[in-house]
Amino acid sequence: MEQPQLKAGPITFSKPSKKVVSRRSSKILKHKLALMGGIFVAVLILLAVFAPLIAPYSPIRQSYAEALKPPSSAHWFGTDTLGRDLFSRIIFGAQVSLKAGLISVGLALLIGVPLGMISGYFRGLWDDLIIMRVTDAMLAFPSLILALTLAAVLGPSLNHAMIAIGLVFTPNFIRLVRGEVLAQREREYVTAAKASGLKNVHIMIRHIFPNILGPIIVQATLNVAAAIIAEASLSYLGLGTQLPTPSWGAMLAEGQGYLQQAPWISIFPGLFIFVAVISINVFGDGIRDWLDPKIK
Amino acid sequence: MSIMSDPSVPEKILEVKDLKKFFYAHKGLIGNHRQEIKAVDGINFSVFRGETLGIVGESGCGKSTMGRAILQLQKPTEGSVTFEGIELTRLKNHKLRKLRKDIQMIFQDPFGSLNPRMTVGAMLKETVQTHHVVKSNETKEYVENMLEQVGLKKSFYSRYPHEFSGGQRQRISIARALAVKPKMIVCDEAVSALDVSVQAQILNLLQRLKKQYGLTYLFISHDLSVVKHISDRVAVMYLGQIVELADKKEMFNNPLHPYMKALLSAIPLVNQESRERIILKGEVPSPLNIPKGCRFHTRCPFAKAICSEKVPELEEKKEGHWAACHFA
Repeated sequence: MEQPQLKAGPITFSKPSKKVVSRRSSKILKHKLALMGGIFVAVLILLAVFAPLIAPYSPIRQSYAEALKPPSSAHWFGTDTLGRDLFSRIIFGAQVSLKAGLISVGLALLIGVPLGMISGYFRGLWDDLIIMRVTDAMLAFPSLILALTLAAVLGPSLNHAMIAIGLVFTPNFIRLVRGEVLAQREREYVTAAKASGLKNVHIMIRHIFPNILGPIIVQATLNVAAAIIAEASLSYLGLGTQLPTPSWGAMLAEGQGYLQQAPWISIFPGLFIFVAVISINVFGDGIRDWLDPKIK
Repeated sequence: MSIMSDPSVPEKILEVKDLKKFFYAHKGLIGNHRQEIKAVDGINFSVFRGETLGIVGESGCGKSTMGRAILQLQKPTEGSVTFEGIELTRLKNHKLRKLRKDIQMIFQDPFGSLNPRMTVGAMLKETVQTHHVVKSNETKEYVENMLEQVGLKKSFYSRYPHEFSGGQRQRISIARALAVKPKMIVCDEAVSALDVSVQAQILNLLQRLKKQYGLTYLFISHDLSVVKHISDRVAVMYLGQIVELADKKEMFNNPLHPYMKALLSAIPLVNQESRERIILKGEVPSPLNIPKGCRFHTRCPFAKAICSEKVPELEEKKEGHWAACHFA
């Protein structure tokens, strides 16, 4: 074995090692990705809001002469079985899909986070035990069947589908938040906050909540994606968006029978779901890092 | 101090009587086989206004649990804690919260005891506002002054905890405790996590603040030299009980309990001939399985038959010098 030789000579300061550089550049890359995700989300929201101004055709105008046309300059994304312009339908579909994704997850957050925090923080019989058993029971059900039942009971409409999806996603947040709170409440800063005489509610909101926000954001962004798909499934079964209102999920399902002859019917809505989901995830990740004073 | 009180008889600010804190460990699948862990097992002492009472003991002897039980951060299993005549163990939550203004705590871990997501200013501000220490429009100025009082810069107000060193963080903890104008502070291993040079700075700061604000300290530490430096009186804990309590000088010059004698004999001397070293046998017994009789008899070099049968009471052997030993 040869020993590395130490040579006498002037001390030189080497450039930062490759590892440091790559770590730094990966941070910048992540930052850029998050920014791009944010821009994409913003663009999608703008598309949804200004759909009537942007869409070249009416999303429900049918024309049998133009059915199953591949993408062309007249119809950028082609047309579906009824000759409707897919580009226009996707733009209008953004309204439904984004609304379904954001509102149902918002509902799940609104119910799930406080319940999870109470359950994890107080750990009493009534709060913890009962909340958790109900949560377990809900999680034991296949989520789509549960959403289906709820939506069926409430009656078929987009609003009811969003409520059903929101309720079905709530247990995920209760479990996650409870677990995070259980970990945080044993940390010494919580004991210190108690010792300085702060109220429990104040400790939960001002101290614990900011510390568990990261995982909540990640879970929420993932669930927005799942909610878009869930809304699509419900719409496919006739319990969500009612025909002929377009939604990405429903369009994806409509194209299913024509994958051989006219793949564009499914590909474009699928692509938009994909892009929306990725952008929301990346954007959520960026927000989480931005909220952490250590990473900023 | 009030005019009424006789200065020769010091006033008790905190009185702890028969304090016990047990934890339960469940064994086996069926929960009826449970074991008691007697972390704190019947502690009696008083703290006088204006003094520093040091509590010393090796790790695992229950001193931190005792500190938390006194502050009701962990509900005591039994016993009473009286602070300025108010019994804390049965106090309603909202009254206890108000009372926390008077008795604050500084924690061991300077990295864990500050919320990583809050600025120093926000942290201090919220306790000051909760206890209405100053008018709300004066809060910021007050907090900034507090930071200067503990040797930090005003500009640290809007910084986050991770930007500071251990010593600076402990100063922040001290500022937070001090900001509500407490009467007493429980320091739970407040300097143990710090470098020796920083320890000295923090100890000196604590002593300066004590004089300046007329504070009373309950100072919990495993470090004999730290306790010796800062305390007026010292109590020694072993396996959840106090085995000896005396004036600092008396304790270090003339220890009565064999445990304290052994501990002191382990300190190397610089300028004297080496004294006889008392070497203890074995290890501290588990608090799950506390020896019968005197709980120190399994390791005591002077143990006799009576020690394994009869529990020695904490008795006043000399004026102000208490020990729990049959032969002291």
